Amino acid sequence: MDSWLTTILIFLPVAGALLVWLAPLPRYWAGSLAALVSLVEVGFWISALGRFDFGDPSLQFDQQATWFPDLGVSYHVGMYAFSVWLVGLTVVVQAACIVYAWWVGRARPRAYFGLQLFLTGAIVGVFTSQDLLLFYAFFEAMLIPLYVLIGVWGGAGRMLATIKFVVYTVVGSLLMLASIVVYGLQAGTFDLVEMGRSTNTWIFLGFLAAFLIKSPLFPFHGWLPEAYRESPPEVSAVLSGVVSKAGLYGLLRIAIPKFPEPFSDFRVALLVLASISLVYGSLIAFRSPDLRGVIAYSSLAQSGLIALGLFAGNDLGFDGAVLQMVNHGLVSASLFLLAGMVERRTSTGEFRLLGGMARGRPALATVLMTVGIISLAVPLSATFAGEFLILAGVFQQHWAWAVVGAVGMVLAAMYMLRAISAVLHQDVGPAVPDAALDLRGGELAVVVPLVALLLVLSAWPAAISGHAFGGDQATRQIQSFAEAASP
Amino acid sequence: MIPTPHVDWFALSPVLAMLCASGALLLVAVLVPRAVRRPVSAVVCAIGFVTAFVFACFLDARSPDPTTVIADAMYRDRWGALAQVLIAGCGLVAVLISYRERMRDSHVAEYYALLAAAGAGMAFFVEAGNLMTLFLGLEWFSIALYVMCAIDYDLVGSLEAGLKYLVVGAVGAATLLFGSALVYGVTGELAFDKIAAAGHAHDAMLVVGLAMIITGFGFKASAAPFHMWTPDVYQGAPTPVTAFMSSATKIAALVAAYRVLVTAFPHDDRLWTWAIAIIATISLGWGNIAALAQRNVKRILAYSSISHAGFMLIAVAAANTLGAKALMYYLIPYCAMSLGAFAVVAARERELGEPVTLDNLAGFGWERPFFGIAMWTFMLGMLGFPLTGGFIGKFYVFAAAYEHDGFWWLIVAGVIATMISAVYYLGVVRAMYFRESAEMQLAPAGGAADRAGPRCRQWPDRVSGRGGAVPGRA
Repeated sequence: MDSWLTTILIFLPVAGALLVWLAPLPRYWAGSLAALVSLVEVGFWISALGRFDFGDPSLQFDQQATWFPDLGVSYHVGMYAFSVWLVGLTVVVQAACIVYAWWVGRARPRAYFGLQLFLTGAIVGVFTSQDLLLFYAFFEAMLIPLYVLIGVWGGAGRMLATIKFVVYTVVGSLLMLASIVVYGLQAGTFDLVEMGRSTNTWIFLGFLAAFLIKSPLFPFHGWLPEAYRESPPEVSAVLSGVVSKAGLYGLLRIAIPKFPEPFSDFRVALLVLASISLVYGSLIAFRSPDLRGVIAYSSLAQSGLIALGLFAGNDLGFDGAVLQMVNHGLVSASLFLLAGMVERRTSTGEFRLLGGMARGRPALATVLMTVGIISLAVPLSATFAGEFLILAGVFQQHWAWAVVGAVGMVLAAMYMLRAISAVLHQDVGPAVPDAALDLRGGELAVVVPLVALLLVLSAWPAAISGHAFGGDQATRQIQSFAEAASP
Repeated sequence: MIPTPHVDWFALSPVLAMLCASGALLLVAVLVPRAVRRPVSAVVCAIGFVTAFVFACFLDARSPDPTTVIADAMYRDRWGALAQVLIAGCGLVAVLISYRERMRDSHVAEYYALLAAAGAGMAFFVEAGNLMTLFLGLEWFSIALYVMCAIDYDLVGSLEAGLKYLVVGAVGAATLLFGSALVYGVTGELAFDKIAAAGHAHDAMLVVGLAMIITGFGFKASAAPFHMWTPDVYQGAPTPVTAFMSSATKIAALVAAYRVLVTAFPHDDRLWTWAIAIIATISLGWGNIAALAQRNVKRILAYSSISHAGFMLIAVAAANTLGAKALMYYLIPYCAMSLGAFAVVAARERELGEPVTLDNLAGFGWERPFFGIAMWTFMLGMLGFPLTGGFIGKFYVFAAAYEHDGFWWLIVAGVIATMISAVYYLGVVRAMYFRESAEMQLAPAGGAADRAGPRCRQWPDRVSGRGGAVPGRA
């Protein structure tokens, strides 16, 4: 059972997707079935969490089957401790999004829910595949459902959004493909566990291009504002909460451990990019005229912060980065879903048309306020723990990076309080009808579990930061990724 | 008395099966009553291809060691047998696509006869072991294709397509023949392996002959810069013929080209691998860039077939074991995707009664879910998306290029070409799914639709307390 668990986590949603697409069910069952599958998926993940041995730094629940023997490619999946957390983030956020979409109702439900389930399987595949070619397959497989979800169910500007999104990501992933081919043929195998380190700068840059575009970091974020604004809210939630973590995961699993020399050559440049993303994203978020803009650019800023932690290259930085990936995933998914709920009531996310929504809507005010406060990293929150670890880690590189990080935290308070105030407080905006209701039961059932998870993490951040790497030795495990080849 | 060579009938069996079907179809054309001629001729043609398919499978299984047969004029090996399996398979699919298309009773049996004859010619071509049989096979299938292009003479562009293909194809064939003559003149040999033994590197006349042979193959494989005929012919020819041409002709031309170059010209391999690499790069570049500007789906697919010829030529240029594997592997998903995409286009053409463009594909994916999903799959496959055969094909091709010293830049060229191709392959998907069909579209009533508007229309909005009405902006 244990060795099948990863495979089940990947292919259960894919099977669900096929069922939704092909089975001759009444169309209104599609959403119910998808919601059910996504909840069962969460159940499987909880079961995996219970069985996972966090003291053991080796690959667990792994399964391997030959794919192309002549090139050393195999179907190899498994989980490390940090993969468990990222998979958990994926299945929880996706369950929330699918349930939300089911509650709201989407046109062409069979196509929609099938794509959402397929997307879940692809993202879980990215976080668990231990073969480079398989990783690439899942990395690309994420793109297709997202392309259609934005292109068919998106807002008025969806055409431009999809073109930008696809062009950016395809360019990145094809550069990565070239790197994968060369790297794998040099190593004689495509198995991530067996591949040794490489010193080739070009291969490193190919991987970096894909991961920095997906995250995204500063000069590669051109696709971000349109994609996040034009998607249906639950798709934005997945994009910023989970899919962007695939890029950061790639840095953590492949780019940093497998290319130690090129990485240390580029470390300063990468830290600079991460710092620019953090400050620039925060500033734009502060000037953004609409709710989704704030969340979108705050995601850019948070990607920069997490990348700072990864590029610090020490225990604190890695632990903090993994914790912050999960935190930010939950925060930004909740925020995008809340933005969707606000837009459903007012048909707009523009601040000049919004305001005063707190009056008579206590549930909306409480939930939005709670998530907003957690996202700006007040002390005692989970995000505070994550950001503190990251800053402490990056401080060991140079104090200047920690200063940039601290500036980012201050800016986060500015843009997030501005957004909350513009939606909830001030005078009642012209687009806010008096009849607009408070959060309904279905909406609360989606958001409250996410907030509850954030509160649990706030109480016990070490659940993740202390259990993200086997045996609590982040750097040792990262180094072991490159040395596994030489017995 | 002239000694007659021993004839290995088994090696010729796939060719003969298709040829017999062709002959039988000519009899069907006169003997079978008009009322049942259409189904009977399709069935006879299909039986011919199935028989050829089965024989080719057996030939593949029973020829583990390559040998030359029939006075060394033909090869009997797995390379040729596998190509014959593919050609017969393409022919069978072409019959299925043609069936609904050939509604008129005139020329229906002749059409199938030509199809089977073209298949037989290609099967002969890929087994050819000397320059004579090579040219014979080339003319054999080309002449059948010339007529098939022009067979629907009342279709707009069909005659033009046939004539254009005839003129350009004849130039290509003549070039190949001239090159063969030069090679024969230098070496005094016709068989490929003897040419290899007799030739010397950098013999000027041999090199000119080699260049002309490569040019001839370039015309048949529609590789740039010998591709000018491709978009017009693919657009003008009846769609099932285009489907067959884009798949089976590519198999024949590339498989034979690889065999000729590797077996007959090993001494000049540095020269021809570079020539092929350059042709591959030009095909990739021009095919993809020109495809961006097209609106007609058949023309898009034509340019895409040029760029795929470029990918497969990368495998030829690699000239190693992995390259051969990559070429043979790549052909399988490519043929499936190409036949499939043209089949979908044919179906849409029947529905509309006019050429299919990106504009009149709008909403097609939602109206016809099966065709939509199929076209999706073909487009993603051509793009080389993971989880499709196209990806594995491209992966093998890149791996082969990497194994050949100094050809790593072909990987870069292939990757850039794939990036460009994403725009038009996904453009087809976008046309099918993201726009509503023309009759479904509402006239714009001032300003862009609100974000919440179209999505909420079906679901009266309870939470806003407005019954789903789209509010005006303040």
